[in-house]
Amino acid sequence: MKIDEKLALDAFKTDRESHILINHDICRSRCTTRHCLTICPGHLYTFNEEKNEIVVEHAGCLECGTCMIACTEGAITWSYPKGDFGVQYRYG
Amino acid sequence: MDRIDVVIVGAGLAGLSCAWVLSGHGLQVIVVERGDFAGSKNVTGGRLYLKPINAMGSEMLDGAPFERKVVRERWSLLGSANSVSIDHTSDRFRNEDHSYTVLRARLDRWLSERLMARGVFVIPKYRVDDLLWENGAVAGIRAGAEEIPAHVVVAADGVLSFMGRKAGLLPPLSPKAYAVGMKEVLELPEEKINDRFNVGDGEGVAHLFLGDVTKGVFGGGFLYTNRDTLSLGVVAGIGAMMGRVPALDASTLLEMFKERYELRRLLDGAKTVEYSAHVIPEAGYDGIGKLCGNGILLAGDAAGLALNMGVTVRGMEFAIASGMTAAEAIVEAKASGDYSEKGLTRYGERLRESFVLKDLEASRRVPGYLDNDSFFSYYPETFPGLVEKMMWFDENPKGSPGKTLWKELRSSGMLSVKRLIELYRIRNI
Repeated sequence: MKIDEKLALDAFKTDRESHILINHDICRSRCTTRHCLTICPGHLYTFNEEKNEIVVEHAGCLECGTCMIACTEGAITWSYPKGDFGVQYRYG
Repeated sequence: MDRIDVVIVGAGLAGLSCAWVLSGHGLQVIVVERGDFAGSKNVTGGRLYLKPINAMGSEMLDGAPFERKVVRERWSLLGSANSVSIDHTSDRFRNEDHSYTVLRARLDRWLSERLMARGVFVIPKYRVDDLLWENGAVAGIRAGAEEIPAHVVVAADGVLSFMGRKAGLLPPLSPKAYAVGMKEVLELPEEKINDRFNVGDGEGVAHLFLGDVTKGVFGGGFLYTNRDTLSLGVVAGIGAMMGRVPALDASTLLEMFKERYELRRLLDGAKTVEYSAHVIPEAGYDGIGKLCGNGILLAGDAAGLALNMGVTVRGMEFAIASGMTAAEAIVEAKASGDYSEKGLTRYGERLRESFVLKDLEASRRVPGYLDNDSFFSYYPETFPGLVEKMMWFDENPKGSPGKTLWKELRSSGMLSVKRLIELYRIRNI
């Protein structure tokens, strides 16, 4: 089962405004590891070659916070989505 | 400023248990929850141990929607192409209410409704943005333009605890101190679960896996039977994942686990209905934050009250007990009119007297001992390999069983000085 198929099973209420902000200057100047690309359980981080920047698809965020913990350079500013938004688990 | 007695951030087990005791003592309490309903942002493996909280929590949990009573404990060591398992059951586990599998969106929601029936306000869809301060003490919370002034704030806001960090009670999040759990809930008819897992109605299995499931990284797999669903997941240390060369894509671990021969038949026909992820505190006793400050207490995961002992994982009963203990300390603080850190210190003292900090302290050395790839690659490869060689017969003459075992023990390195020291060190953990 592909990861996007798994995420499609979950109930999300998506805010237009992202709750995950990336400081691309930090990524470009300091990050050599790009752990965000592999550590996210939803595989929501990708690298856009053209723009030379990390892109995150906040709509599928499972709100675990792993990316923020793994980004030891501090390029990721992460908060919980506003009330009434984000993933809503039915089993948990 | 008009203040209520207590505002609790987070309607998880810690927050709701705290509210239960506070409302029982007649204090004014509001619980705020960022999800659509209590439990909608929460994830467990998981199982709840009832025995430790029996004295304090049995009334609150009377009639709770538990899934199955765990009567079988299974552990498997997974090599890359083989495995060895232990399957334990006993009269005691079957006859007594020891532990139950649970699903948090059901359990927490049920508990919040029970509290609301008691007159407690549980406000959903409410994300707290900041703490209110007055004279160096926490004096309530702020959400957008709205403020709720309170004598005490209980930060029961989970493992990331933004409130505990804003209050300066917690260190920065470090990858080594946390693991990430990824889980699928799979639907399977009740009778099929009974048959496949060899249990009766209402009875269930807790199955933990070590080894190939995390490809040698600190962590493991789990499989819990719920009433008509299975909770299947993988937990991996965040720091350990970051250190692995080559890098592993976390989102693929669970899929590889599901492909294992050991699981395929158990999962046959089961339909995945939800995918979730959550961070877990892994530092044990030494990862516990400062438990209170002026006008604020931390409970549950927010305080770092979780324990991974390799063969079992505990957290929810710590959350319930710490929430209730925090409430008792607040009741005393109200009586004396002192909500300062000093007035709330009974919280830490009581936790220290209870199973919560006693159990965590007793296992203080476990995280250090588990920070060792022996448990995640060497043993899971070696034990199944040993059994495989012992049990394999072909045209080549086999030595006597004792000789074969001795030869294999030696060649596998099990008798090496390193392994013997490891065994000897067990008495220290």
